[in-house]
Amino acid sequence: MSEMQKTEKSGLGNGTIVAICCSFVIGMVGMAYAAVPLYEMFCQVTGYGGTTQRVEQASDVILDRTIKVRFDANTGPGLAWSFEPVQREVELKIGETVQILYRARNNASRPTTGQATFNVTPQAAGAYFNKVQCFCFTETTLKPGEELIMPVVFFVDPAIVEPVETKGIHTLTLSYTFYPHEASKPVASAAEVKADDANKL
Amino acid sequence: MAGTSAAHGDHHDHHEHKPLTFFQRWFLSTNHKDIGTLYLIFAICAGIIGGTLSVVMRMELQEPGIQIFHGLAQMVYGFEGDAAIDGGKHMFNVFTTAHALIMIFFMVMPALIGGFANWMVPIMIGAPDMAFPRMNNISFWLIIPAFLLVLLSMFVEGPAGAYGAGGGWTIYPPFSTSGQPGPAMDFVILGLHIAGASSILGAINFITTILNMRAPGMTLHKMPLFAWSVLITAFLLLLSLPVLAGGITMLLTDRNFGTAFFAPENGGDPILFQHLFWFFGHPEVYILILPGFGIVSHIVSTFSRKPIFGYLGMAYAMVAIGAVGFIVWAHHMYTVGMSLDTQRYFVFATMVIAVPTGVKIFSWIATMWGGSIRFTTPMVWAIGFIFLFTVGGVTGVQLANAGLDRALHDTYYVVAHFHYVLSLGAVFAIFAAWYYWFPKMTGYMYSEFLGKLHFWVMFVGVNLIFFPQHFLGLAGMPRRYIDYPDAFAGWNAVSSYGSYISAFAVVIFLFGVFEAFAKKRIAGDNPWGEGANTLEWQLSSPPPFHQWEQLPKIK
Repeated sequence: MSEMQKTEKSGLGNGTIVAICCSFVIGMVGMAYAAVPLYEMFCQVTGYGGTTQRVEQASDVILDRTIKVRFDANTGPGLAWSFEPVQREVELKIGETVQILYRARNNASRPTTGQATFNVTPQAAGAYFNKVQCFCFTETTLKPGEELIMPVVFFVDPAIVEPVETKGIHTLTLSYTFYPHEASKPVASAAEVKADDANKL
Repeated sequence: MAGTSAAHGDHHDHHEHKPLTFFQRWFLSTNHKDIGTLYLIFAICAGIIGGTLSVVMRMELQEPGIQIFHGLAQMVYGFEGDAAIDGGKHMFNVFTTAHALIMIFFMVMPALIGGFANWMVPIMIGAPDMAFPRMNNISFWLIIPAFLLVLLSMFVEGPAGAYGAGGGWTIYPPFSTSGQPGPAMDFVILGLHIAGASSILGAINFITTILNMRAPGMTLHKMPLFAWSVLITAFLLLLSLPVLAGGITMLLTDRNFGTAFFAPENGGDPILFQHLFWFFGHPEVYILILPGFGIVSHIVSTFSRKPIFGYLGMAYAMVAIGAVGFIVWAHHMYTVGMSLDTQRYFVFATMVIAVPTGVKIFSWIATMWGGSIRFTTPMVWAIGFIFLFTVGGVTGVQLANAGLDRALHDTYYVVAHFHYVLSLGAVFAIFAAWYYWFPKMTGYMYSEFLGKLHFWVMFVGVNLIFFPQHFLGLAGMPRRYIDYPDAFAGWNAVSSYGSYISAFAVVIFLFGVFEAFAKKRIAGDNPWGEGANTLEWQLSSPPPFHQWEQLPKIK
């Protein structure tokens, strides 16, 4: 064994390596959380998963081709509303700006609050569905028996006729779902109530 | 070096310390070999529990209809009548989930990383111990409460009126949030948090040890491949586990504190969880297999009496697999509605992984080529690994195709694929390592006959389980159901018989361990002869309590 042979080292101290490792760990946790807004941005930019586009201005190009847009309405469990589109479908020119209406009515005997989410199918078409005005993510409170007409103003981006994935699409479906707003409380706290029900089997 | 005495080698080293009491040695341990032993014992116990869960599932699936889970639910949870059937159905999913979590986090990872890597990496690189011995101890003692939390989750309420967390190890929302309001899922999440913390601490320890404590002359390019594989694995752990931690923390706050990361009714997106989960999950499967690659390289080289073919290629193939493993995650999610271009990218990137993997397989074969091969027990396990892992790799390339995956997604074909690479790949590597290093770790020689018997019974058993599952998957049988149409009955019965044979193989394994300790055949410092030229074979068997007080020199 030769004397004074040194251990092979990386040139960094142990403490430095630990510090670098810890910064990796913290950085990756940060990345996981950063993924939330980044993913949302990504969806908005690309229309990923049927995310529709929100725009201020109507399209200045109107094509000769028409496209059919169907409307769908759902209510989540626990919201006693009747919710439906006023017209089932419209046929419009691609690029033309159109206003359609949805109607919601509270059938419960007390005021309830709902919140709507939406998407477009086929999902690949989401990026080309531009909404000038809509009622997404706003809390809506209806008194018992109150009825509300909600407009959606939209147009279909003329660019839809170009990509291979979307040029064969002739029908889009815009779907809205109203969820009860109070459902945002933690699910785990609902356990006790449901557990009681379960024991009554 | 200490004496070669076989009696556990604890008090025989000429060292200034007082002899340790049992409690000090095993509960306050800072010795990498003792902690490695603890990890191995833990992995064997967890493996038996996880394996038992899978045998019960195969018993249930042996015939169409519900055979045993309603009775089990009645026995364990006290359900009656129809509630027992519903509870039993959920219990089947709980077994699936617990089997996966236990096998991944509490069997394969502790065995390969906590066990064999802890034992052998410091010895192989000529280090006296790990860089942070006390942190090593914390890593081990964190894994125990994590395991207990996951086990306990099976006995607390999950969905209303049923017990345990079902829904698979992927814990996708909304089933893991609004679908299971009871505390079982919280137990699982906290268990994963703690197991993740344990692995991250272990990873930091390995990285520091390997980067800073190599013996004089051991440059990174002279380091044994097992140390390379553990270094890469440690980096994968360090970069992927925090993402899982972040994802399941969001799940936890969605469940308990009213956040809406994954709740669409408040603007969240459940698909985001799948992205986060698989960003961790795909590197995780390489974490499970890479140490096995390192082990198999040593065994093939030892028993072919040749240096490993293409050493640098082997090392950098593992680096490539680790790196590319981070950019292929969405091939688990072809069916969520990604654009065609995104799918094309993930198909291509996934298939690229077959290249470095092929480099490894061919290098193992080239190592054997023209070698003086001895078919000892570790060698047959290693060759079994190469064969079975390749079968799993081929089905993996098929599943990488988005078009084919449409049909095979969530069928038994996928189950067969990942069990070929993990249950037959990683587990065969673990057994190969066990027989290879057993004489070194204990000082006793195992019985060649029992080792080979274990191999052949296991080989027949696991192939009987998983090969027919390819047929079931191609025929369209979906995963994670307690029942199936009668048309699937034949191959399911065969698959179940295979699981009983494999369970018997585990009994042979345990008997082999008992037999080796009972017969006390002295193994000697290097039972494998001239092919075994890594540093551990220069030490006594078992190695002294503290090795390399004089650092070895590598030419």
